[in-house]
Amino acid sequence: MSNLIDILTWVFLIGGSFFSIVGGIGILRMPEFYSRLHGGGITDTLGAALIIFALMFQTGLTLATVKLAMILFFLLVVSPSSCHALAKSAVNQGLEPIVDKPEKS
Amino acid sequence: MYIVASAAILVTMTLALIRAMFGPTVFDRVLALNMFGTKTVLLICAICVLNTPARHDFLDLALLYSLMNFIGMVALLRFTQYGTFDDVEIQQHNSGRQP
Amino acid sequence: MKYSFTLLIALVTIWFLWSGHVEPFMLILAALSIGLSMWISLRMGIVDEEGAPVQMGIRPFIQFAPWLGKEIVDSNIEVAKIILSRKMPLKRNVVTVVAGPKSQLGKVMLANSITLTPGTVSIKMEDDEILVHALSFEGAAEDLSGEMDRRIQALEK
Repeated sequence: MSNLIDILTWVFLIGGSFFSIVGGIGILRMPEFYSRLHGGGITDTLGAALIIFALMFQTGLTLATVKLAMILFFLLVVSPSSCHALAKSAVNQGLEPIVDKPEKS
Repeated sequence: MYIVASAAILVTMTLALIRAMFGPTVFDRVLALNMFGTKTVLLICAICVLNTPARHDFLDLALLYSLMNFIGMVALLRFTQYGTFDDVEIQQHNSGRQP
Repeated sequence: MKYSFTLLIALVTIWFLWSGHVEPFMLILAALSIGLSMWISLRMGIVDEEGAPVQMGIRPFIQFAPWLGKEIVDSNIEVAKIILSRKMPLKRNVVTVVAGPKSQLGKVMLANSITLTPGTVSIKMEDDEILVHALSFEGAAEDLSGEMDRRIQALEK
């Protein structure tokens, strides 16, 4: 039983680490600001969620699990809000997004 | 487990810091800072749970930090937009822009 | 009244879940802190259908969240493929999405869900229109937003 929990923890932990590092690479490789927002988003959602799920398997059914769930909830509510605040502030200050192909109407 | 999780999170933090160093605009730097804050929350959680004597008390710090990170980022954006934290000056700025 | 009661229940639950203490002294402190929080929120006038959305019940968690989670996993894998490919096949475009939900809360949920799925970021919001920056999904951004729109409108009823 504890073996199974350990295996699940490893799987989720490796997945979360992989997506975090991919997001970090994305934030470095992307050519301009609005594309980098997507790289930040990938670490904030799936990377954070998978790592916190792995930690929840380790704590079992205790109060710490509830705290971890609340931390995950806050992260998932706060990260799009701050992402939107960042994008809106960039638009307001006149940073135009680069578009690769004309918008279809 | 402890070492793998901490190493992955620290690598991501390093990548974010490199972007914060080279970022051409201020928004790139704020984005990197935001990501750095999120990773800090995750690092605190990982240290709490996976360290051999588990210290579940530190989870409160992570909870607080995730909220402080958001408030700090909004304050920074407001400062870059208006150049001040003064409410009266911001109202004057806004009323001057929209006649 | 309904909203204040919900907020009170939520605060008491959160206090017990986060502390786990039942000593008398700690209970007095709990009553004081919960009372202070209630007083401040009532004085700020934020206890209404936005501050304590009781009218939605738990339907957002059982109907909307699982579907959103699946979408997040799918689009995460797509964006990860783009990032890791040798020459990044970026097809950035900006689309306008018309928000269907009538209430402010519904609009915020829609914009946040769009931002939460990687590959689409809502960059500006005017009355009923959300400006979405999409990364390489040509028609998919509109499809995804339309599906989200439909589901959030179903929650509002």
